[in-house]
Amino acid sequence: MSDALLRRIRPEQFREVILAIVTIGLLIVFAIQIPDYFNPRSMNQLMRGLAIPLVVAVGMVMVVLTRNIDLSVSSIVGASAYVVGTLLARHNDIPPVIAVLLAVLLGLGLGAINGLIVAYGGVPAVITTLGTLALYRVVLVEFSGAKTVTTADTPDWLNDISVATFGSIGDYKLFIIVGIALVVVTLGQLTLRYLPFGRRLYAIGSNPDAARVAGLSARRDIFVAFCISGALSGLAGFMYLAQFGNITVTAGQGMELTIVAAVVVGGVNVFGGSGSVIGAFMGVLLIEILQRSLLRSEVVSEFAKEAILGLLILIAVTADALILGRMREMWVRVRRRDQAALQLAAANATEGESRSA
Amino acid sequence: MPNLLGRLKSWEGLLLLCLAVVLTLNITQVPNFLTMGNQVNLFQLGIEKAIVVLAMTFVIINGEIDLSVASMMGLSAAIAAYCFEHGVAMELAIVIALSVGALFGLMNGFFVAVLGLNSLAVTLAGYIGFRGLARMLVEDRSVGGFPDWFTDLGQHGLIGDVTLSIILFFVLAIIATIILHFSGLGRLTYVIGNSAPVARFSGVSVAKTKMTIFMMSSLVSAMAGLLMAARFGAVRASTAEGAELDIITVVLLGGVSIFGGVGTMVGVLLSTYLVLNIRNGMVIAGITGNTQTGVIGLLLILSVLLPNVAGRVRERLQRGQTGPGVQSPPAGTVEQERPQVAPG
Repeated sequence: MSDALLRRIRPEQFREVILAIVTIGLLIVFAIQIPDYFNPRSMNQLMRGLAIPLVVAVGMVMVVLTRNIDLSVSSIVGASAYVVGTLLARHNDIPPVIAVLLAVLLGLGLGAINGLIVAYGGVPAVITTLGTLALYRVVLVEFSGAKTVTTADTPDWLNDISVATFGSIGDYKLFIIVGIALVVVTLGQLTLRYLPFGRRLYAIGSNPDAARVAGLSARRDIFVAFCISGALSGLAGFMYLAQFGNITVTAGQGMELTIVAAVVVGGVNVFGGSGSVIGAFMGVLLIEILQRSLLRSEVVSEFAKEAILGLLILIAVTADALILGRMREMWVRVRRRDQAALQLAAANATEGESRSA
Repeated sequence: MPNLLGRLKSWEGLLLLCLAVVLTLNITQVPNFLTMGNQVNLFQLGIEKAIVVLAMTFVIINGEIDLSVASMMGLSAAIAAYCFEHGVAMELAIVIALSVGALFGLMNGFFVAVLGLNSLAVTLAGYIGFRGLARMLVEDRSVGGFPDWFTDLGQHGLIGDVTLSIILFFVLAIIATIILHFSGLGRLTYVIGNSAPVARFSGVSVAKTKMTIFMMSSLVSAMAGLLMAARFGAVRASTAEGAELDIITVVLLGGVSIFGGVGTMVGVLLSTYLVLNIRNGMVIAGITGNTQTGVIGLLLILSVLLPNVAGRVRERLQRGQTGPGVQSPPAGTVEQERPQVAPG
């Protein structure tokens, strides 16, 4: 790693570049292996499938940045999809905006419960959300009487949302639902990069003690991060309802694994304090491509999906600790050296001036 | 007498009180509750998890967590089933499954102890990956038809009505108690759990201890998976799915601190029996498996939340009595924000 390169890019950006290379490499491998890999139907399916995990992942990034984790997202997605679906089936005249709002509010409420217990109750996030993962799902199962929401009962506009497009390039469609997800991703990235709240999340995650000494209210920000994660999961629940139409009480089950895997593979550090929404975006992309392509691959069994996911997490976490840790040290060293050189030059310059004067 | 009162105020005392209430309910509601047969049934319902609880106690007191235990149970059952399906003798299949368990445990330990990675991340990879391997081996089939001696071990009593699993549990419980409270390894477990850096500076081999504990955790889980396969007589890829919730709940309910360094085997054994009784009571009350899971989830949160809140209230009361003095940070915050793993 040359100094010149280290001056130009940060280690985190390097990670995103590697991720992009791996993703493209994966696409090439699958394209060679699977005949007609890039056919419009499969690609459209892949695109549409990105929307839900992307939205959930943005919230997860915010939580993980603060050294916490939200395992309950899949239950929130399921609860939001099921409850809003049931409401729409009973009252067909609820306007779309209110339906979306209801989904987001429900998610926000469930996320706030997580946030309260973690931030103000002092219970570690793994424990809390492992508990609420089970709890939210059970409350849903109990109160639903295990009935199913069917497409026939819900208003037609709901089904239209999931197939609505901005237009298409050839047979490749640009789905509105994916557009919404991309807006959420962009807003998430901007929040983390430029808003004080986003910067505080990094500060709390990288050094909680320093953040407290600096006067940051860690509790409130962690609480808000959980609320956002819940609200976005609620929104994803609405997307789930639109996309799948028929909703059972098991909707979204197991999704938390994909999301956590995507976020970790995308380079968000589980120690907190480092990572970006862009990274998580690429993590989601990588994992969705992997999952969808394995279904079509004849060489690798689709049952290998989870094993590969586990391996990916392990590789990502290890690489993060070993390679990026070292790179970060080198980066800091180069910066320090540059700074020292600058100061020396400045000192020489002033010395020269005083001598000439 | 004050000694006894102090005892009762402790976490174990609280557990005893809860146990007394639940037991009284069970005894009055269920005829023949205290008969041998019924007690055996009660233990049989969750005996594999109870066995893994013993190992998890060490992991959590050590300041780490192992989310991969349930997936390891599934994987070891799947390995044994796969080997058996492909003509390997059951005895050898068991040995292979246990070896893989120990190996993966060492791997977990290596990543956590030597590379210094967060155990949450490493065992999350195991949680997904081990289950994935199990799925690759048995796919969506249900593998059964094991030799009679194997299923008999799981289903029939070895001494009277008492099955091998139950005997194993009690033997392991005694061994675990001795190791945790009366041996060097046990003391190291507490020391490292309290503060890994301090332990390291004191010349303790932190890495070796952690590797041992993670290996034990996986090995015991692998064994529990085999016992489960024997009890059910069939193996699916989803064997023992979700068991980590129960296991971690029981350990934390037993008074073990999630932050490490605190907890006793007596507390954990009490909470094991308590949760078995609660599960049993719920079965009798006709509560479905799903709701039971919810109740366990709630217990999990409460078992950490209540001590935290109680600690904070107590502190506030004390502060009120002594007047404004040196203000210590509220309970929970300091611990909560402590990094889960000391940097390696």
